[in-house]
Amino acid sequence: MPLASIDGRSVHVDDEGFLTEYDEWDEDLAKVLASQIGVDMTDDHWKAIRFLRSDFKEHGETATIRRVDVVGGISTKDLFRLFPKKPAKKMAYIAGLPKPRGCV
Amino acid sequence: MSTDIAPAPVPKFDDDEETGRKLAIICSKGNLDMAYPGLVLANAALGEGVEVHLFFTFWGFDMITKKRMGNLKFTVLGNTATHMPQGVGGIPGMTTMATAMMKKQIAGVGVPDVPEFLEQIVASGGHLWACRMSADMMHLEKDDLYDAVEGIINASEFIEKTEGAQLLFI
Repeated sequence: MPLASIDGRSVHVDDEGFLTEYDEWDEDLAKVLASQIGVDMTDDHWKAIRFLRSDFKEHGETATIRRVDVVGGISTKDLFRLFPKKPAKKMAYIAGLPKPRGCV
Repeated sequence: MSTDIAPAPVPKFDDDEETGRKLAIICSKGNLDMAYPGLVLANAALGEGVEVHLFFTFWGFDMITKKRMGNLKFTVLGNTATHMPQGVGGIPGMTTMATAMMKKQIAGVGVPDVPEFLEQIVASGGHLWACRMSADMMHLEKDDLYDAVEGIINASEFIEKTEGAQLLFI
């Protein structure tokens, strides 16, 4: 799916609704994406999302839970608390990135 | 901004409905290479919001025994998938070398060693159980096992705990 609207903005998304263009994302949009999946953004949430953004920019891949833990410094336990049940996918969605491709 | 563009779909993360999906994994092997399938799948299932129970039995006990869990080995012997002459596997020091190589490859793809992987699984909400019969056979107590193991239980108790679960035997 190419163009779609989120909160009155035209953006590119895939079939599931994940943003496909890195530069179409900003933090205002992230707030809307988060609220759409029932996540109420706090400072801790932002820390994870900002890590995902910068890590993707540097490496071209969405960080897995393990990478957010080991490199980003946010524990796995906290990630499951902040983004319940499916942290990796929820973080990727809010950060406007593809789902992680790594297994671990 | 245009009004004729359709609203973007919102991914379904299935938060609202209690799917009740459960996965039970029986780990019965103590080789380094056979420890990973269970751990990788448990970790993946937890990341999908699935309740996961791992049951360690027989040689799989090595994965949760404090003294051995960090020192699992990989051998060429009996493993034709290495495509090496079997005689080579019997050379002294070969298992040590093959183990070191595999550990390096696993670390190379960013996957943790066994103790750290178990730690991650527990932090993700996974449950670890030890087999009563194996513990009795090997004369091991709860103190000999990785701290996060929730208990030493018998096979019936594990079957009870994993009612309705999908099951993997490794």
